[in-house]
Amino acid sequence: MAAPKKGRGSSGGQSKPGRALALILIAMVALTGGMFLSGHTTPRLGIDLAGGTSITLKAKSQPGKLEAINETNMNTAVSIIERRVNGLGVSEAEVQTQGTSNIIVNIPKGTNSKQAREQVGTTAQLYFRPVLTVTGGGPTPTGSASPSASGSGEPSATPSAKASSPDTASDGESKPSASTTTQGRAVTGALKKDETPTPSGSGAGETPAATETPDAATAALEKKFTALDCTDAAARAKAGDGVKPEDPTVACSSEGDAKYLLGPAEVSGTDVDDAKGQFDQQRGIWLVSMEFTDKGSKKFQAITKKLSAQQSPQNQFAISLDGEVVSAPQVNETLSGSAEISGSFTQQSAEDLANVLSYGALPLSFSEDTVTTVTAALGGEQLEAGLIAGAIGLALVVIYLVAYYRGLALIALLSLLASGILTYTIMALLGPAIGFALNLPAVCGAIVAIGITADSFIVYFERIRDEIREGRTLRPAVERAWPRARRTILVSDFVSFLAAAVLFLVTVGKVQGFAFTLGLTTLLDVVVVFLFTKPVMTLMARTKFFASGNAWSGLDPKRLGAKPPLRRSRRVNAPTDHPKEA
Amino acid sequence: MSRLGNLGARLYRGEVGYDFIGKRKIWYGVSILITITAILGVVVSGLNMGIEFKGGAVFTTDTKAKISVSQAQEVAAEASGHEAIVQELGNGGLRIQITEVDTAKADEIKTELSNELGIPEAKINADLVGPSWGEQIANKAWTGLGIFMVLVVVYLAIAFELRMAVAALIALIHDITITVGVYALVGFEVTPGTVIGLLTILGYSLYDTVVVFDSLKEGTKGITKQTRWTYSEIANRSINSTLVRSINTTVVALLPVAGLLFIGGGVLGAGMLNDISLSLFVGLAAGAYSSIFIATPLVADLKEREPQIKALKKRILAKRAAAAAKGESVEDERDDRESEDGETAGAVVGQPRQPRGHGRTPGNRR
Repeated sequence: MAAPKKGRGSSGGQSKPGRALALILIAMVALTGGMFLSGHTTPRLGIDLAGGTSITLKAKSQPGKLEAINETNMNTAVSIIERRVNGLGVSEAEVQTQGTSNIIVNIPKGTNSKQAREQVGTTAQLYFRPVLTVTGGGPTPTGSASPSASGSGEPSATPSAKASSPDTASDGESKPSASTTTQGRAVTGALKKDETPTPSGSGAGETPAATETPDAATAALEKKFTALDCTDAAARAKAGDGVKPEDPTVACSSEGDAKYLLGPAEVSGTDVDDAKGQFDQQRGIWLVSMEFTDKGSKKFQAITKKLSAQQSPQNQFAISLDGEVVSAPQVNETLSGSAEISGSFTQQSAEDLANVLSYGALPLSFSEDTVTTVTAALGGEQLEAGLIAGAIGLALVVIYLVAYYRGLALIALLSLLASGILTYTIMALLGPAIGFALNLPAVCGAIVAIGITADSFIVYFERIRDEIREGRTLRPAVERAWPRARRTILVSDFVSFLAAAVLFLVTVGKVQGFAFTLGLTTLLDVVVVFLFTKPVMTLMARTKFFASGNAWSGLDPKRLGAKPPLRRSRRVNAPTDHPKEA
Repeated sequence: MSRLGNLGARLYRGEVGYDFIGKRKIWYGVSILITITAILGVVVSGLNMGIEFKGGAVFTTDTKAKISVSQAQEVAAEASGHEAIVQELGNGGLRIQITEVDTAKADEIKTELSNELGIPEAKINADLVGPSWGEQIANKAWTGLGIFMVLVVVYLAIAFELRMAVAALIALIHDITITVGVYALVGFEVTPGTVIGLLTILGYSLYDTVVVFDSLKEGTKGITKQTRWTYSEIANRSINSTLVRSINTTVVALLPVAGLLFIGGGVLGAGMLNDISLSLFVGLAAGAYSSIFIATPLVADLKEREPQIKALKKRILAKRAAAAAKGESVEDERDDRESEDGETAGAVVGQPRQPRGHGRTPGNRR
């Protein structure tokens, strides 16, 4: 679209106006049909126009980290949550702090609020920790049952001697669930190397720290581990609460079918540069692939080297997210650069996790305080007033165009109508597709877009009139005017589109939503002018009404002040060096 | 219509026209004056940032109020002197957000609300609320704006030329300054809607300028190969020949916005619409004005400094002087008169320049 060349050889629409028209009509019919089929016949409205759901999150105060709930952390949390709920930037969600420890998240009506709720609250504290011990999910029954926690064929079988110490099997009668719940897939993940596999086996086989220093802390931890009942969701969630990353901890698999005693975190979520949800064609499963930062990559290399030299289960690597083990693959060789997490992901959960990993971890953990619906901030009367006013304004535009352009106004109005239909249907369809929501500023922006769209016609019409003033008849005038008008339209629309594209890529939140609307309307302007206005103009030029220069056609040479004689003649004294023709 | 059409034709042929370039100093003066007023407005009265940017107080109730949401909004707005955001919650209660107020004022508002809503004060929960349009969003918007401006200058420098890019940028800054200034002077609260209105103008102002520049570029193609008209004369002609288009486009863009501002905001009394449509209205008008009165004359000024164009002007003036001395043809007679005009105009603006004047645009001297 950049700097269009001025060319006489105009394309498509000129010779075959029917084809272009058919194309755009098919597009319009398809979009309208799609809109009705999908059942979303109105664009989704933003929270200011339609209301939505309001979620209040409360920062959980963690023991020993009271000062963590401060302004800085709250603001960081707000901006991270903002990006999570507004991933594509067009959903018009609002995030703000309330008081000292609350965050309000407003989500427009029609968003999948369940998914949004899950996303906003996820802390996304991601750690890679070496596995010290793994057993089935229930409280460890006195030394018995060697639960096969891992479905990966390399069962972590016998819990290490220490972990199974029976001292705390107080609720001994608790279900022997271990064996029944171990079929889960949570730990079936495997780390796949993507880069430079350094041959393994060089590791000097250190034993994990926890087994080396059996001090009081370790004993307490073991006690905790034995007592831990991962089949209880509440216990599962709380298992790793308040533990610093550099301390060993206990954790459950996210499905509750296995529990782990984990070493200190070696790599954390902040070492992840980028993450994506991907479908693995070969295995037919969804996974999350991560790229590490340089630093993260080094750390990851070091830890995998160490682990690959260990015996099972201590060659396992737990990927713990918010205190739960998402997967615990075995490491057989040194890896670096990137990693994949495979667990029991669906497309949704893989993409959610990738989203959360990419945008970073919340510095605080939050609990959902209240969830309630909120009405539109702008009463219905505001929207109504706006629509009435907009309609009056549009009527004035119509009157002005008809008064000035007469018959040509018909083409302008048809083009505006075509542009209106396309904009409306696309916006309606983008609602369910990418969560696009229209707020009041966007509605106003769309009204201004009428001006930009109309300008394209006006530029073209004025060119045609100029050609007629030069003494040309309508049909050649229409064709001659087009290449010049086309260039003007493309150059100026490109500037608008550039603004939209830059703002969309760089900014977040409402500005991004606005940029999207601007870009969309600009593109549609080009589409409509090329595929609709120009072909219609060509067709109209063939009708008697316009070609004969009827007084009401808006193209009457007499009225336009064309140099006489009017038709099929050239002005004898037409200057050749006229600047316009240069 | 007939007269309008004729006017269009005469503008096109250059029989009539306004001497935009010649009178540019007047319009520069007008613009500088408006811009200074705008800057003073911002400095003195400051921008009234809304709750979305500053945060403020939030009052929540659990029980149903005896008045409607829009009534509550009026009450809250009256009590605080600021625009309030009122939302009804799922449990029938209200959430009322008001921009930054001190504690004493907050208590006052609470009492007022309690009276009007018919809810005991104890049941109204007051809290501080942070901005929903945080610093980060604002910073990113600024970054985006910066990148866009650099890119657009590069693009215009390639598609047109550097001088046009500079002139377009100056016109853009001019438009935005004026709009922000009007905002400060009118005292409307700045909402995200305002900012988005400003960004819309950003696109529109450039768009409008580019359309005029496109005509200018076309008109000045191969300018050094002729000795009839100076750059400024051709620039003036370009403005005049696209004048009809400029007026039509501006009218068509302004009418719906005027509808929103005067009918929607004024008559029907929709508060939030005012914010957006005012910035749009002022910005669109300023954009249309600056593309004609500021951007193109600036290009002409900048171009006339180029040695090539300077030399051209010299040649043209010499040729005209020679022709005037001979006093031969009709055209030369015209040129004669023109030269006198030019001298007068030059004297007025205190800068001897090429001839210009009403109806003296290049096109009619064919």
